[in-house]
Order: sequence, then structure tokens, then C-alpha cells
Amino acid sequence: METYSTSAPRYDELRDASSCNSSTGCRNVGHNEQLGSILAGGGLLAYGLMPNAKLRLVSLLAGASLIYRGVSGQCELYKRMGIDTTAEQTPGVDHGRGRKVVSAVHINRDPRDLYGLWRNLQNLPNVMSHLESVTPLDDQRSRWVAKGPLGQSLQWDAEIISDQPGQLLAWQSLPGADVDNAGSVRFEQPSSGEGTVLRVTIKYDPPGGWPVAKLANLLGQGLQQEVDEDLRRFKQLMETGETATAAINGAQR
Amino acid sequence: MKAITWQGKEDVRVENVPDPSIVNPKDCIIRVTSTAICGSDLHLYAGRIPAMQPGDVLGHEFMGEVVEVGSAVEHTRVGDRVVIPFTIACGNCFFCQKDLTSLCDNTNPDAAKLEKMYGYAGSGLFGYSHLYGGYAGGQAEYVRVPFADVGPLKVPEGMSDEQALFLSDIFPTGYMAADNCDIQEGDTVAVWGCGPVGQFAIWSAVKLGAGQVIAIDRFPERLRLASTHDRVKTLNYENVDVFETLKHLTGGRGPDACIDAVGSEAHGTSLDHWYDLVANKLMLETDRGHVLRQVIRSCRKGGTVSMPGVYGGFLDKVPIGAAFGKGLQFRMGQTHVHRYLPKLLSHIQDGEIDPTYLITHRMDLADAPEMYRTFQDKQDECVKVVLTTQSLSRKSSDVTNTAATLNA
Repeated sequence: METYSTSAPRYDELRDASSCNSSTGCRNVGHNEQLGSILAGGGLLAYGLMPNAKLRLVSLLAGASLIYRGVSGQCELYKRMGIDTTAEQTPGVDHGRGRKVVSAVHINRDPRDLYGLWRNLQNLPNVMSHLESVTPLDDQRSRWVAKGPLGQSLQWDAEIISDQPGQLLAWQSLPGADVDNAGSVRFEQPSSGEGTVLRVTIKYDPPGGWPVAKLANLLGQGLQQEVDEDLRRFKQLMETGETATAAINGAQR
Repeated sequence: MKAITWQGKEDVRVENVPDPSIVNPKDCIIRVTSTAICGSDLHLYAGRIPAMQPGDVLGHEFMGEVVEVGSAVEHTRVGDRVVIPFTIACGNCFFCQKDLTSLCDNTNPDAAKLEKMYGYAGSGLFGYSHLYGGYAGGQAEYVRVPFADVGPLKVPEGMSDEQALFLSDIFPTGYMAADNCDIQEGDTVAVWGCGPVGQFAIWSAVKLGAGQVIAIDRFPERLRLASTHDRVKTLNYENVDVFETLKHLTGGRGPDACIDAVGSEAHGTSLDHWYDLVANKLMLETDRGHVLRQVIRSCRKGGTVSMPGVYGGFLDKVPIGAAFGKGLQFRMGQTHVHRYLPKLLSHIQDGEIDPTYLITHRMDLADAPEMYRTFQDKQDECVKVVLTTQSLSRKSSDVTNTAATLNA
């Protein structure tokens, strides 16, 4: 496995290419500041909606733009002044940050069959419902687009950091990601020797910080629930060739 | 198509609903010819199952003719006459491969909800609430049946609908109850509840070698039905002390195995009403835990308690000390229908049993709302209701004929 220190300069070279593109722009607001922006913006919005609010239009506009700044991590003012408070030059999720999602499922299939499906990264949006697309850039790197908890589109480039056919696949996001994240899928042989225990670990630094992630979890839209359900459907597909539904016709599905 | 739909407590109606069609490649569509009302349907009728939604199509005992198959179906063919197990099984998962088909991992789209209650979820079931998948049931003209090569059992030529229909649920359920007792030649088996499942459990216990079967109920017609088999004694619990009588009949030792075919079927919840539901359950069980308590007390030391009767939530005041102190073993669960089908089919074919002896009411599907009431109130000595779709199909074919005439 490649070590981080030897490859670090390469990430920095990549960063400009991956974090500033025409569709997402440059992130230049730090995570704590993003959270602060969302909370302050929410407060202003709430105030603006109150019946007796003064300067209603100003409050609403300011609130909305602060929330946008918080969610997107982009600040036009900072950009003009050349300020960047993200201070994230490292790939993956920094130590001590982020949330971890762990899910495991037993699948009555050979580990090599399952590995093959996961290694073919374009397949992943069919398995993981929070992903919109994964486009391989080369053998190791790929561009991921995901749905955020507030419905926003999140994008990052990732690289495979460990690849042991039939056993392990691990990746991490490259600097400049909308969501810093890292993950692995292990294909383990259970003690019974039958089938595969598929173990997925995803660590991510949620946009909007932990309050948004917490809220999403409470609403049943958190990544944990999604990954649990995704793996259930993946198991159904792998074991039976289809996913369970009570729909009585195609239109209902 | 016409279907029997649940609308609310004690409100069951014949309604027009959309026809089903193939959704998954291993599906088939069945044109129902016969269907039955199960004792467990009465719990839906009584509104005890909160995860029901108005408009849900009822029924999990049904059979008919295959009219359409999906692209990945290999063995089941259009035109086959089949009876359908009420538990939906994929055939490929860890549990199906161990013949534990009612615990199938892959057929319950509502598994996440059920896991909140049980830790792990059982298979999907036809017509049995949105905890067991929300699958449309068989009290309808047509049904979408997943995994056509796993569930549907081909009915041999010459066997009537009425003879085959109970293979869908109650015959295997009664048989598994007796099978779970690990009966040794000459054993005494006591059966609480002489409804259809109890009746089949009694027949099966005799078949599996019991020397004496003691049937317990309070309806004379049901006890009469039970006593038609050899080696069966009946107890009316309104007239005798059950524990003392069982003790007497077993020479002071107690029955080797006890079958609770009464149960307290009240499974299910939506998360929002979790707390309310638990409270409901406790009230229900205060009424019905009585049978299991008596079973535990009556069973001999080292005996087996077999529970085909369904429990859904929590039981209060279960004498676990008595169960432990007497070294009882407990066997229970939804029926692994698929496991028993070949054997039970051959018992019917060989004439060892004619399951039609339980049928007290033969009606049309459109009469279902009235029959739910009759069955619920045990009016008219009702034991088992079979509904056919003959008149409906006649109407459908009339429509088809008219259309054909018009086209001509």
C-alpha cells in the first residue's frame, strides 16, 4: 500500500484541478465557519419570516445567502479578497473529524463475484442510493457525484488506496472535495465458510457539520440508514437476481 | 379486478382494484380459483394489526391457474394449476437453503420496520400488513406471486381445489406443530384450540405416532370434528379443570408435548405508534396469555411446547420459572410451508387425509364481507370458509365474450 507521506505532493498538484471546476467553483470556507453560516443564516431567515420583522427583505436575502455560503462552502467575498479558511490540504478525512458509518451483510455468493461488481466503480450508483454517478478518470482515480442531505449535489475526486482482489477495496477523497470522505469494502469469509460477509465502512465530514447529519438521521435520511438499506438491496440482487417489492404492477414500483 | 379489501376495523369490502402484472423477472401471475379465510385474517378484521392500510387486499390461502410468467421463470408454466405457500421465499438465501423458508432474508420489503421490533425480520407474507411486505393477498381474482419457481406447487390432475387449497397454510402449519413435538411412538400430545390449524395438528400428531391426542376447545362442533380421528379424546375447558384432567389422563405425569394452537396474533407496528402498540399488546396478552400459561403448567417435565398459534409482541406473567424448573423445550414460528409440501401432497394423493372435512362454508368471493362476520362470531358452526371465483370468472368471461362479439 502506498504511504501518505510519499504521495502527498501529488495530491497538492491534483488539488487545483479537482477542487475548482466550472460547475462547483472553489470551496474557500472552513467547516466550522460553514456551520456558523448555516446557523446564522437560519436565524436571519426565521426572523425575516416573523410577522413584525423590520428590514424583512434584507433579512431574508442575507439569511439565504449565508445558508448558501454554509452549504456550498463558497464565499464570493473571500474569493475576491483571496481568503481561504478551508485549510484542508490532505486527502481523506482528517483525524478526529467526521462521522463513521459501518454496515455489514452476509451474502450467499463467492467473494470474487461481489468484489468484481464493486471494483467496477460505475456500478456503485446502482448499489448506493446516495450516489448519482461515479466516473473513472484513470485506473486509480475517479470522480464521484452524490446527493447531500439537503438535496444538494456534492462532488469529489477519489483515489483507490488499497485494492486486494476478492478481499478489500479502499478509497479516499482527494483534497478539495465537497465532502471529505474515505471508505472501504471488505469481502470476508465467514467462519461457516459459506458466502461472504460484506463489510462497508464510510467515514465522511458531513456538509453543514454534525447538526445537519444528525437532523438527516432523525428524519430517516441519514447515510447510515441509506447504507443499511442499500446493502440489503444489494444482497437481494446478488442472491436472487432481483429486489423485493410488493408493487402489483410496474407503474407502482 | 375484484378483490377483498381491508378498510378498517370490521370493515371488509369487495372493491375494484388494478390488475396485477409481472414486476420482477421471477414473478408469475395467478388467476385465483379458490381462496379461504384464515383464523389469522380475523385479527386483521378485528383491527388489531396497526400496519394495515385501507385498501390492502386480504388473503394468504389461495390457489389458481398461472396466466403469465416473468422472463426468468424456468419451471412454472402458463396453464399450470398451482397452490401458493403463504410465506414468500427466494430459495437462495442462508435460511431458504436450510429449509427455513418463513425466515427468508430476501422477500420482505418492510424488513427494516420489522427489525426495529424483532432485531431480524422474517419473510414477506401475502396479504398480511405492511410489516410483512405489504404484498397484495389472494382474496382476489388475480395475484402477483414472486419467485414462481420456488413457491407455487403444481396440483396433480384429478385433485380438486378443495383438496389442495389448505396446503397454502393451515395443513403445513398444523403438521409443523406436530413435527416440532418430536413425537415418539405412543406419546401423549395435548392440543389447545380446535380451529383448522388445531385440527390438522391433531391429525398430524396421530399420523406421527402419538398414542393419545387430547383436544381442548369449548365449541362442541369443533370437539366433535376432532374426535372423528382414532386415539383422540376431547376436553371442553368450560366443563373441566384442564390441568387436573390432563394429569389424570396421563397417569399423573402430564402430556409429553403440548401444542398451543390458539396464540395471540397481534404482530406489527408502525414506528410512530410504538408506545401505543406495546400498551395494546399488553392488554391483548392479559386476555390471551392464559393458554400459554396453562400449557407450560400442564406439560410434563422435559416435555415440548409447540406453538403454531401466532404471537406478535410481549407476553405478561409467563411462568418462565416453571418452564425452566421442568426443563421444557419450546418450538415455534411461522410455518416453513415449502419444506412440507411434497410430503403432505402425497398424503392427500394417497388418500390418507381428505382435508375437505374441515370446510363448513362454501361461498363466492363476493360473499367474503359477510363470511368474515360469520367466522368472527363463530355463527352457524363455522370452522372453515372457502371462497371461489367461479361467478366472477363467469362475469369476466361474459365481458370477454361481449368484447369478442363486438370486435367481430
